Amino acid sequence: MQQQQIERHTISVMVDNEAGVLARVIGLFSGRGYNIESLTVAEVDAQRHFSRITIVTSGTPMIIEQIKNQLRRLVPVHRVTDLTIEAPSLERELVLVKVKGAGEKRVESLRIADIFRARVVDSTIESFVFEMTGSTEKLNAFINLMQPLGLIEVSRTGVVAISRGPEAI
Amino acid sequence: MATEPITGADIVIKALVDQGVEVIFGYPGGAVLPLYDALFKQNQIRHILVRHEQAAVHAAEGYARSTGKVGVVLVTSGPGATNAVTGLTDALMDSVPVVCLTGQVPTHLIGNDAFQEADTTGITRPVTKHNYLVKSINDLSRVIHEAFHVARSGRPGPVVVDLPKDIQQAKYEYVNHANQRHRSYNPQMKPDRALIERAVELMANAERPLFYIGGGVVNSGVAASQLLTEFVRLTGFPCTQTLMGLGAFPASDPLSLGMVGMHGMYESNHAMHDCDLMIAIGSRFDDRVTGKLAAFSPGSKKIHVDIDPSSINKNIHVDLAIVGDVGHVVEDMLRVWKARQVKPNGKALAAWWDQINTWRARDCLRYRPSKEVIKPQYALQRLYDAVKNRDFYITTEVGQHQMWAAQFIKFEKPYHWLTSGGLGTMGYGLPAAIGVQVAHPEALVIDVAGEASIMMNIQEMSTAAQYRTPVKVFILNNRWMGMVRQWQELLHGGRYSESYSDALPDFVKLAEAFGWTGLRATKPVEMDDIIKKMIETPGPVIVDVAVDEKENCFPMIPSGSAHNEMLLGPEDQKASPVSEEGMVLV
Ligand SMILES: Cc1ncc(C[n+]2csc(CCOP(=O)(O)OP(=O)(O)O)c2C)c(N)n1
Ligand SMILES: [Mg+2]
Repeated sequence: MQQQQIERHTISVMVDNEAGVLARVIGLFSGRGYNIESLTVAEVDAQRHFSRITIVTSGTPMIIEQIKNQLRRLVPVHRVTDLTIEAPSLERELVLVKVKGAGEKRVESLRIADIFRARVVDSTIESFVFEMTGSTEKLNAFINLMQPLGLIEVSRTGVVAISRGPEAI
Repeated sequence: MATEPITGADIVIKALVDQGVEVIFGYPGGAVLPLYDALFKQNQIRHILVRHEQAAVHAAEGYARSTGKVGVVLVTSGPGATNAVTGLTDALMDSVPVVCLTGQVPTHLIGNDAFQEADTTGITRPVTKHNYLVKSINDLSRVIHEAFHVARSGRPGPVVVDLPKDIQQAKYEYVNHANQRHRSYNPQMKPDRALIERAVELMANAERPLFYIGGGVVNSGVAASQLLTEFVRLTGFPCTQTLMGLGAFPASDPLSLGMVGMHGMYESNHAMHDCDLMIAIGSRFDDRVTGKLAAFSPGSKKIHVDIDPSSINKNIHVDLAIVGDVGHVVEDMLRVWKARQVKPNGKALAAWWDQINTWRARDCLRYRPSKEVIKPQYALQRLYDAVKNRDFYITTEVGQHQMWAAQFIKFEKPYHWLTSGGLGTMGYGLPAAIGVQVAHPEALVIDVAGEASIMMNIQEMSTAAQYRTPVKVFILNNRWMGMVRQWQELLHGGRYSESYSDALPDFVKLAEAFGWTGLRATKPVEMDDIIKKMIETPGPVIVDVAVDEKENCFPMIPSGSAHNEMLLGPEDQKASPVSEEGMVLV
């Protein structure tokens, strides 16, 4: 028990899109002391009123199992899938990065953005806003590189994830 | 089937009637006036007016836990709802099915800090199994029916339905949604057959097996208890019960080891520590049971049967997890056991019982008797002797008296023992007893109380007087918050900070003031007479039993210790001070 490793898991939760459902999920995590690294939520099926919540969390295998079982216990939860172990999966995040500067730094930020396939979505004479999607690690790398080049603001969506292959979860 | 439009309040009443509700425990207020008006105009549902909303929930718990039905509560918005929160939490911790209807300010005022507005669904979200705020009259009948379904099915629990006043007054057709399948909520009742086979395999090969059964067996119903009893007897294995599981297996059966845990039996705890197969059924490895986790039953394989997957592998890693309703699981186990004609390892089992009998011989509930002062244990022994051949129900408050009641009163069947186990709520016993008595008007219902706890819902004496519920409150009056004093003695150098019950009322006069009968015992010789009088007196009775002020509750696993480190009495207590690790635990 003691030597259990901390693992990072991405969990997808299909819920009824009803009032209070997000509060139930977040309250569960705070009330029981579980970690949330990121949490995203949006309706994914307007007809059936399904929302999909993607949670990145960490804990020992015993805690991760607890988290999934506690989530399944919530009445409006339809399905809980641990994308980290149940299926090979893709994770994506979107970030908007504002960089302010002039001269060489400004040119360099554009060059790096190009390498990362980030797009310029807003520009003034002294600033850019870059948009980029990718894995969390890739976003982190991009943000780190932008830091010395005049990064002044970051906004990220948190992780969304889906399983690979022809099957739906 | 749709009908003529009726008011929301009438829809609620109709749904309750269709759910088989016979009684509601409640307290009125502005935000539930339409509902109270609808109650006034009908005669199918009885209303019991409590004196505090917390007590309404405990009474509903008493009703539910002694019948297997859902308890129903009706309170107003704001303070009515916040007063109910302790009761709801209690019901959640002990898995008691309760539906609590709360009034709410009209929908257009929600969020405006209106008079008596509280965010009831926000406040009660973590202390209920589920809750609803009904914002449209279209949803009302479905939500009420769904609330009952959620409260009673799976692992039972409290459900709050928050009802804005305008919804109670709006009109719509009533539709009976009973038995409608839920979109997402669908607890697993039937176990996986292959797991049953493996469980039976493990049991067949066990040398030192132990059943460890809990409140989940009680929740699964009387039939589940009977099946389990049959199965345990078929195996010949020893069976220990948790505080909440008392009565799920007959205490008088030689296979019963009695209660396990902090103040459980010496033989139970040692058996738990030394067993090689633990069969946990409807129990949840609560910290009051496990003691020091790292030293918990180190040599055993563990099977865990529970309807709630989140109870499995939470505190203790188990080897075989079976999700399902106890009744279904045990029925399957019985069938497989019989079909395979399992013969347990007789020689090993005999040796195991020999070992258990040496633990039993320690006679762990022994105490030093006295002719001068009433020992609390003695009072309970006399009480049990007087009631054991009757249809009796025991509720308790929280403290030493609760543990002594669990030790000294024996239960042969489920639904007759009601105590606040998970939350440990002082003030539970009296309202719970009233709820039991409402459900079983002819039964003998006794609240075993402490003088401190009883003060926490003492106002309910008025409720009992109004409805002539003849509950008996048996106060083991030690003039201390005994359990607190015991811990202060054990852990805090005997500095008895604020644990003395000062300025107590004269309970006999108090009884008279409320229209009850008051009795008092101060000497051991008076006990039998007083108990007889209590039972024979019609109507509610308080018995103030002046017991030894300094008696501590044993046996005991001090916090932070293992099952085989029990203290059997005051002598052991001095010998082994509590570890620093134990000090931080509650
Ligand atoms: C509502 C509530 N507040 C505080 C406690 C902590 N507590 C546990 S036992 C106890 C003392 C109970 O005293 P009494 O009712 O006289 O019972 P005794 O232990 O003396 O038998 C207290 C204060 C509690 N369990 N519940
Ligand atoms: Mg006391």
